[in-house]
Amino acid sequence: MAGKHIDEISGVETTGHEWDGIRELNNPMPRWWVWTFYATILWAIAYTVAFPAWPLISDTTRGMLGWSSRANIAAELASAKEAQAGFVDRISKASLEEILADPQLSQFAISGGASAFKVNCAQCHGSGAAGGPGFPNLNDDDWVWGGTVEDIYQTIAHGIRHPGDDETRVSEMPAFGEILEPDQIKQVAAYVVSLTGTPSDASLVEPGSQVFADNCAACHGEDARGNREMGAPNLADAIWLKGEGEAAVAAQVRSPKHGVMPAWLPRLGDPAVKQLAVFVHSLGGGE
Amino acid sequence: MKYLTETIVLAVGAFLALLGVAFAKDRLFEAHMWVLFFVLLAGTLVMVRRVSFAPAAAAPSAADDGYFDEVIKYGVIATVFWGVVGFLVGVFIAAQLAFPDLNIEPWLNFGRVRPLHTSAVIFAFGGNGLIATSFYVVQRTSRARLFGGNLGWFVFWGYNLFIVMAATGYLLGITQSREYAEPEWYVDIWLTIVWVAYLVAFLGTIMTRKEPHIYVANWFYLGFIVTIAMLHIVNNLAVPASFLGAKSYSAFSGVQDALTQWWYGHNAVGFFLTAGFLGMMYYFVPKQVNRPVYSYRLSIIHFWALIFMYIWAGPHHLHYTALPDWAQTLGMVFSIMLWMPSWGGMINGLMTLQGAWDKIRTDPIVRMMVMAIAFYGMATFEGPMMSIKSVNSLSHYTDWTIGHVHSGALGWNGLITFGAIYFLVPKLWKRERLYSIRMVNWHFWLATLGIVIYAAVMWVAGIQQGLMWREYDEQGFLVYSFAETVAAMFPYYVLRAVGGGLYLTGALIMAYNVTMTIRGYQRDEAPIPGAAPALQPAE
Repeated sequence: MAGKHIDEISGVETTGHEWDGIRELNNPMPRWWVWTFYATILWAIAYTVAFPAWPLISDTTRGMLGWSSRANIAAELASAKEAQAGFVDRISKASLEEILADPQLSQFAISGGASAFKVNCAQCHGSGAAGGPGFPNLNDDDWVWGGTVEDIYQTIAHGIRHPGDDETRVSEMPAFGEILEPDQIKQVAAYVVSLTGTPSDASLVEPGSQVFADNCAACHGEDARGNREMGAPNLADAIWLKGEGEAAVAAQVRSPKHGVMPAWLPRLGDPAVKQLAVFVHSLGGGE
Repeated sequence: MKYLTETIVLAVGAFLALLGVAFAKDRLFEAHMWVLFFVLLAGTLVMVRRVSFAPAAAAPSAADDGYFDEVIKYGVIATVFWGVVGFLVGVFIAAQLAFPDLNIEPWLNFGRVRPLHTSAVIFAFGGNGLIATSFYVVQRTSRARLFGGNLGWFVFWGYNLFIVMAATGYLLGITQSREYAEPEWYVDIWLTIVWVAYLVAFLGTIMTRKEPHIYVANWFYLGFIVTIAMLHIVNNLAVPASFLGAKSYSAFSGVQDALTQWWYGHNAVGFFLTAGFLGMMYYFVPKQVNRPVYSYRLSIIHFWALIFMYIWAGPHHLHYTALPDWAQTLGMVFSIMLWMPSWGGMINGLMTLQGAWDKIRTDPIVRMMVMAIAFYGMATFEGPMMSIKSVNSLSHYTDWTIGHVHSGALGWNGLITFGAIYFLVPKLWKRERLYSIRMVNWHFWLATLGIVIYAAVMWVAGIQQGLMWREYDEQGFLVYSFAETVAAMFPYYVLRAVGGGLYLTGALIMAYNVTMTIRGYQRDEAPIPGAAPALQPAE
């Protein structure tokens, strides 16, 4: 052991060791540090007595408070459910008409529908329900499958082209790429665009209208105003589901894309779907 | 016959990589083996030019004081280089989060570049810094040359090969999806070999030491090396789908897998980023301020307490998940108990300045080290606090966590490494002083401002995010959709990128300063007021 070595500046004894010029003072540990360390250890012991903590052979200690995260979340969910029970109960018993007629009930349904919309619907329709290419805007009054609150309920509950639901809404536009000549597709696209805008070549409109009458009018109607029974969109209102412009229309004529919307009734249950229907109906275009 | 064996080994390795290309079972493995082939081929060509058939010189071309410093020089340069790369990638992904159009498919999408950032800063910048400083410290404090001769070179080049393979793998899309352990099985095996060599070199030096006692910095370095070996091996236990393919399947599944990952992930923080860098602090702070370590007793108690407590704290990353309640409880209480053991390092670091506090004013390197210790103290208080379940239920999955990590990583790991680099460069290259002390000051302020912006913005962002997620209206319905909470983060994400940009700018100044010092220049500048007599020439 080396002789005592005192650090000149602090007057504290060092341990006597030296490495590459570094010495170590023999200061005691700060008291506050030691006591805080003890306190955290005592707190830890107390906490593990109170809560599930120590593993045993086939189980663990359960803690004196009897707390468990599963029981805790179950209790929280139950109390949240109970707080809304009165309204939810009334909604499940009322018809959609009755809900709309009752200001208190429809107000609750709109809030609940908005909340369910944010969790389940915003991914496709957008958090403002404005949609996007392939996903309808729900704020306008252009409805592919109908805009009464019952229609909307039916669409949400059973979905569109949802496999495994007998009541789902189904329509399928044929792929006219296999039926029409490329020139005819160009003509009919120009015609459809001409209904609400300016086509690229006015001379295509006349033959296009003939192609339309022969092939499209059966579903979309003579006036191209669509047919909600068949889910055939209105083509004469400048609202485009799949994309705007002649190229997009031609692409849809050639090999149509068919969107799928899930059936929400089995997942969310009747009260939530009712609330969603009331909410969507309230956005501005409800009939 | 210098370098003949090494050259042959490299050439054989390159040939094996070529065989890997030829017989690869999948496209990714084939591409990755091409990368390996070209890297090893380049290495072979460099070595071929150096092969000499002259009789070996009597003494190895060792430094005059007998220490093996050449590899440390390479390590310091690698640290600076990877630091700049890692920070640059960090700023890029921060910008991607604010402006998603910057996701350039497929190689530069966020999913691939994010592990590139984390691995570049933790393993490339931090790892090279730890290896280089540990080699420097262990030799000086043991008064012995690095054990194993050229083993030091193997560790350095082997480790950097691991980094190149990991980084190129991420960009190609090769990942085993384990956070901070993304490289696939063959890269993991290579790292295991390199790491064992590192352990042998480090432990061998300690065992051949000429000092009677082992210095505290070496306890921390050794704790870091041994524990990382254990963590790396257990976390990466996996069965390859083919020995000539990139894909493997983990030995764990479900919640066991999650717990193994976070046992690894948290202790990567605990032993890589805490214990290892405490080793760095315990040498470079007393050297730079030229004062004794404050308390030997504190160092011994906080070392063992830290080592013992940290390893149990991982489950706090899995609060409110499928992890059983008892494991969550233990993860939390061990994190709380970890508070004081962590702060022991802060006290010892700061109090080492006792009698030399004026150096914070006069020496920007000391200022940098002190700020590092301050951020260490803040992050190691924040961590236990965030592990408390009721705090965690707000903070978890939010950007608060990101802010916490970065106040530790940028503040503690970054600044203490910069301090060590500024200490080492003039010593290793035998320069009287750095090219510019005033540039260190600029680096200090840019980095500090960057960290403060980053951390403060992420606190606000994280708490706002957590509150928005749990906001209910008076009728008991959730108020915000997830997309709305993402949109609300935009200004914070922009500011975060600004903070990161400042930090990167500081690092670029360091790279310039280091380069000019190595090239032997001294900037003509006014000395820092009060510093003139305190600056001592290298001994």
